[in-house]
Formats: sequence, C-alpha cells, structure tokens
Amino acid sequence: MVTDLATRFEPRIVGFLCRWCAYTGADLAGLSRIKYPPNITPIRVNCSGRVDPMLVMKAFAAGADGVLIAGCHPGDCHYINGNVKTMRRFKLLEQLLSQFGIEKERVRLEWVSASEGGRYARIVESMTEEIRSIGPLNWKQKVVIPA
Amino acid sequence: MTKPRIAFNWASSCGGCEIAVLELGTKLIELKDKIDIVFWPVALDFKYSDLESMPDKDIDVTFFNGAIQTSENLHLAQLLRAKSKLLVAFGACACMGGIPALANTKSKQQIFDSCYKETPTTDNPQAITPQTKFSAPEGELTIPEFYNTVRTLDEVADVDYYVPGCPPVGPQIEKVVGTILSGSLPPKGSVLGASDKSLCHECKLEKTDRKISKLVRSYETIPDPKRCLLEQGIICMGPATRGGCGALCLDANSPCRGCYGPLPNVVDQGAKMLSALASVFDAESEEELQKLAESVVDPIGTFYRFGLARSLLKRTKE
Repeated sequence: MVTDLATRFEPRIVGFLCRWCAYTGADLAGLSRIKYPPNITPIRVNCSGRVDPMLVMKAFAAGADGVLIAGCHPGDCHYINGNVKTMRRFKLLEQLLSQFGIEKERVRLEWVSASEGGRYARIVESMTEEIRSIGPLNWKQKVVIPA
Repeated sequence: MTKPRIAFNWASSCGGCEIAVLELGTKLIELKDKIDIVFWPVALDFKYSDLESMPDKDIDVTFFNGAIQTSENLHLAQLLRAKSKLLVAFGACACMGGIPALANTKSKQQIFDSCYKETPTTDNPQAITPQTKFSAPEGELTIPEFYNTVRTLDEVADVDYYVPGCPPVGPQIEKVVGTILSGSLPPKGSVLGASDKSLCHECKLEKTDRKISKLVRSYETIPDPKRCLLEQGIICMGPATRGGCGALCLDANSPCRGCYGPLPNVVDQGAKMLSALASVFDAESEEELQKLAESVVDPIGTFYRFGLARSLLKRTKE
C-alpha cells in the first residue's frame, strides 16, 4: 500500500476561484478543517467572469492536468452577472477543448458560495479522483514536442 | 550606393504570397532598379547551393512565406536566417502557421493514411507511403522528412519583422518594402503592414450591439449586405483580428476568417474570438447555451483557421 501511494499519479489542478464566493468557500473549508486532496493550486480572481479562456489554455499548455473555474451561484454574482458571462463562454470552451482532445473531466465550472466549504472540498476530491483515473496530460512533452 | 540584396522564399504555403508580390505588377519593375534579387525560387532560377555558398549576412532582407512542415522548410529557414541581416515572416503561414497548420488537428500517420491509402480516388494496392530514403539502381534518392507538427517560422529561426495576411494585400506590401528600404526601421519584432486596431474599425457594415440567438453558416443564408455579419449570426473573426487589409472579405459580403492574426498583446487569437462570440449570445439557460455552442460545427477550424501553430495549445492530442 505504501509503495502504491509513493508511485501513484498526483494530478495538478489549477483553480480559478472568485474572490467573493468560491475563494471564501475554500477558505471556509480550511478554517473548518475539512480534509481534501492537496492537488489544487488556487488562484484568486475577482470574478469568475474575469477568467479568459486563454488562461485555461495557458494552464493546460504549461502542464496542468485539470482546471477548475468556480464562482458564485447564478443570481448571486457580486458584479450582477459575471458568472453568467463565464457560463456563456464555458460551453463553447468545452466544445473547443474536446476538439483539442482534452477530456471533459479535466475542466469544470462549478458554483460554490462562501458558506459551502464542504461542497468545495467534495468538488476538489471528486475532480482529483476523476483526473487521477484518466492519467496525466503533460501537454508540452507528450503532445507538442514530438515534432 | 549598392542596391539592397533581397531574397524571397516559400516554405509550406500555397504560393499565394508569391502571387501577391507578382501582383505589384509594374511597380515590381520599378522596384527592380532599386533592389537586387539574389534568391527567388518561384520566379528565377537559383539553386540552394548558390545560397549555401554566400557569406553569412550577405542578404539584406529575406521575405520568408510559409510554415515549417518539412525538413526542407526547416533547413531553408535556418540557412536564410544565417545569410540575411533581416528575416521577415511574410504572410499568415510564416507568422502563425496558416492553413497548413490545420494539419495539426491530425497526426502524420493519419495524414499519410488519408492521402496515400484511404481517399476513394487513390489506387495504391501496395500501400506505399513516402520514405525519406530510397535505394534506386542509380543511387540513393532522398526527399525531405514530413513533420508531425507544423511550426511557425519564429519557432525555428529568429524573426525580425512580421507581415501578416493571407496573402498580405498589395498596398501593404508596398508600404512594408518602402519602410524597410528607407532604412528607418521599427523595433525588432514589430508587425508591419497592418493596423493596431481590430478589423471592425475598418469594416463599413452597420453595428448595433444586437445579440444573437442562432448561428448560421454562410451557405445557409444570404446576408443583408449593410448589417454586421456577426449580428446576423454568421461567425466573423473581425473582433479578434488585426485590421489593415481594408476589410476585403466584408466588402464581398463574406465574414472575416482571421488571416491578419491576433491584435497587439493578444497571445491566443482563438480564445479571444471565443470570448467575443460568447458575449453576443442571447441566452441565459444552460440548455440554450449548450445548443448554441454545439452549433459551432468546427471550433478549431473556425477560431484557429490561420493561427493554430501560434496558439497556446498548438495541436490536438491524438
């Protein structure tokens, strides 16, 4: 079992978390001492609507195995409708990334309120496990470099 | 004063950039008195050995069009870089991969299978595909290697200036040649012969901030020739594309396809276009958005028609 843990693949997930809901939710998960996998690297953004599709692609190109965008629930956006703008782009982004061959499990858009620390932990946990089961992406080395 | 020594070369491209130069017509003849053309395979008889025997930095300016798809393209790019004082990436393919870079949606194997085995008109019972070496009775024959991934010129050689367009339009070529010959050069890495504003600034069609609830493809409709095509549901790359071409496609009632490349400081043209398109979607529910997204039939071919090799992801995963 010990060797299993030492050799198993640990996904690297980049999380773009909105400052008002998801990031505060993640903070709450920590404050409440909820256990969840350490595989996510959170990046605080002011609004999920600020997450340009370019940032998601940049994360994958730079070696991320997964990308999570998390914002306020629809209707709760601090900037009225930033999260709806994200949702509009996200469907199209999913479509584009799947044509690039990036599995659907690797990119997620989730709504997490400031009081949902538990929900945030569960999302990170399920995303980590799903990506672990499909394996590393390793975009530069495996996809681009073999010229 | 000695005349500037100029070279033109084409790599992986259709030849349209060369035609664009020839289309200068009588101006080309006037230009002939001001410059010395030392290498131009498409129009004049030069051998690669002539080029190899030149001293380094002997050529003043090389206009290089075409992407890097074969070992021959790579060799010429590096050779011309060594022999030239200035290397100019000329046209969409050299700048961003262009149409040839759409090959990055397939692997070399898939391309060979399709070209040499699977197409209905192919008669190849022995399933022969190109080999880089072949021993014939007369000696060994070689052809260049075909790469799995198409690259831009600046991925394999240091590029001084970029001239975008498929092809760059005539008046812009004249301007670029004039700028370079004048000797007052802009900073290295500049994009020449294009505007710093989006194509929408040049486009004469009427824009009204209207949202769209349905996308249509060009063949499904006859667009109103006075109104913005994007507002009529036709995907037009204008908002995410540099101007400078004079909106020629729009004048012909056809949407912009993005050949002039991304705007200044934009890393990924396709991602910007995706954002722009999603921002005019008139839909709130997930189902409606899903339907709209699915109606973009070929997202890579639409958003990265000319820019796949210069995008962040560069190619698809097999």
